[in-house]
Amino acid sequence: MAQTIPTPESSLGKPLRATAGSLESNDIFIALAPGEPGGNEITLESIVMKQFGPAILRVIEESLAEHDLTGVTVTAQDKGALDCTIRARMEAAIRRYKEARS
Amino acid sequence: MRDKLMPDMVTALKEAGLADGMAISFHHHMRNGDHVLNAVLEAAAAMGVKDLTLVASSVFPVHQPLIEHIKNGVVRAIDTNYMSGPVAQAVSHGLLETPVIFRSHGGRPRALREGSRSVDIACMAAPTVDRMGNVSGILGPSACGSLGYAVPDAECARHVIAITDTYLDKPLERVSIPHDRVNSIVRLDSIGDPKGIVSGSTSMTRDPVALAIARKAAAAIRASGLLKDGFNFQTGAGGASLATAQYLREDMIRQKVRGGFLLGGITKYLVDMLEEGLFEAIYDVQCFDLAAVESIGRNKAHQEISADTYANPSRRSCVDYLDVVLLGASEVDVNFNVNVHTDSNGIIIGGSGGHNDAAAGAAMTIIVAPLIRARLPIVVDQCTTITTPGKTVDVLVTERGIAVNPARPDLADRFRAAGLDVRSIEELRALALSIAGEPRKVAFTDRVVGRVEYRDGTIIDAIYMPA
Repeated sequence: MAQTIPTPESSLGKPLRATAGSLESNDIFIALAPGEPGGNEITLESIVMKQFGPAILRVIEESLAEHDLTGVTVTAQDKGALDCTIRARMEAAIRRYKEARS
Repeated sequence: MRDKLMPDMVTALKEAGLADGMAISFHHHMRNGDHVLNAVLEAAAAMGVKDLTLVASSVFPVHQPLIEHIKNGVVRAIDTNYMSGPVAQAVSHGLLETPVIFRSHGGRPRALREGSRSVDIACMAAPTVDRMGNVSGILGPSACGSLGYAVPDAECARHVIAITDTYLDKPLERVSIPHDRVNSIVRLDSIGDPKGIVSGSTSMTRDPVALAIARKAAAAIRASGLLKDGFNFQTGAGGASLATAQYLREDMIRQKVRGGFLLGGITKYLVDMLEEGLFEAIYDVQCFDLAAVESIGRNKAHQEISADTYANPSRRSCVDYLDVVLLGASEVDVNFNVNVHTDSNGIIIGGSGGHNDAAAGAAMTIIVAPLIRARLPIVVDQCTTITTPGKTVDVLVTERGIAVNPARPDLADRFRAAGLDVRSIEELRALALSIAGEPRKVAFTDRVVGRVEYRDGTIIDAIYMPA
């Protein structure tokens, strides 16, 4: 599947972007990249935006808070994932992001 | 013999007397490979004709140019049984000034016969035509098999144009539409793209949810007491429906049951069951794949039937003899009403087709659907649009359990006795919500973009434009 999200590179050429999930039905694709320090910026696209948009955003924010992550941009493309799936994809993306940064 | 062959489409339409405000009709056997509807409207637009009513048995993604013809005033209204793709989306967002009239595959021929829906010119995609004007669906590069939905149009329209890419000098051996119903003939380079007309092969689903639903649906048929010699069956072409048919096939072989007829849209799986001797006949109103097209061409037990014979509610039609029908759903509400017109955002994604016809006729109507589809609970408090009234729906089979309409305690008893996982529909609704969460309600405007006419002619619902 085609990904159009640009990948920022660190000075060492190491990708600073971490992803998890897929664009399959019932899944969510999460991409984390460095953002403005202090806060987090979340961009969400969802096929169930009208029904669950705020609920999905809440789970993403909770996951970031649980892992004490700030200063990132989150790009999420949702294909109808359940909360448990969103949490799992967020956790995987956050771990990969921290690993890439360390 | 007066030559029926016209030099081009514009001449044919002029000869037919096409004028502003007329109703022109199309059948949908070319499905998403159809070239005819677009070609006719292009000619009508070139002639400067306005305000046509499009009476098309279905509208597909390939018909996207229709949007421009509506904006330009060539087409003013649509009367159809099913709509998907860009036209359906544009209509959902208010493209038409007047609401679309949605009918069923049986309601359409009823309306044509009783005259409540008149048609001036039927523009018939005709895979092969001979010089007399006889039409066959089983020959030619655009062969589609059955022409069942074209029959009432051919018999009721004031003027019939057969539009073909295969014109024979010798008389046809087998005829779907006889020459005396055809006024003129037009040749196009191609009336359809075979890849869009029929799918090459429908592969069996491997989706574990669909397979779980299919196993439960097959168990429900076994337990119903209906599976015995003479069993008449219809199924849709969806993954869970076809998988159920495969399990049913195994049950019939094991129990040595010989069924009566198979009905509806026909696929390879049903053709195989006929050839294995599991059924006496196929009554085919529409072929869905190449195997079905080939079969109807060579097997006498595979019979073409008209839309009237299939489902016209003003007669006793094939659906009235069905023992079991398997149908899909976009939503099912707690009163067993079913929606196949709109998605949960209120966007038009289909229409009845034969849904509410088969449901009304069958001794047992089974809806097969996942409990949750992409986080949206399929069991809802109230359907966004009612296609098929709950009083004609007996059973809902999901991967998480089976709900039986309270009007059928006999079936619930049989299912329980067979050890099936029977739950109330409210229980399934609560289960769906506990997994997916409560969806926010989608807001609608008060603008009506579609009216749903039940097969008997009563208006049973309106489709509103989303806010």
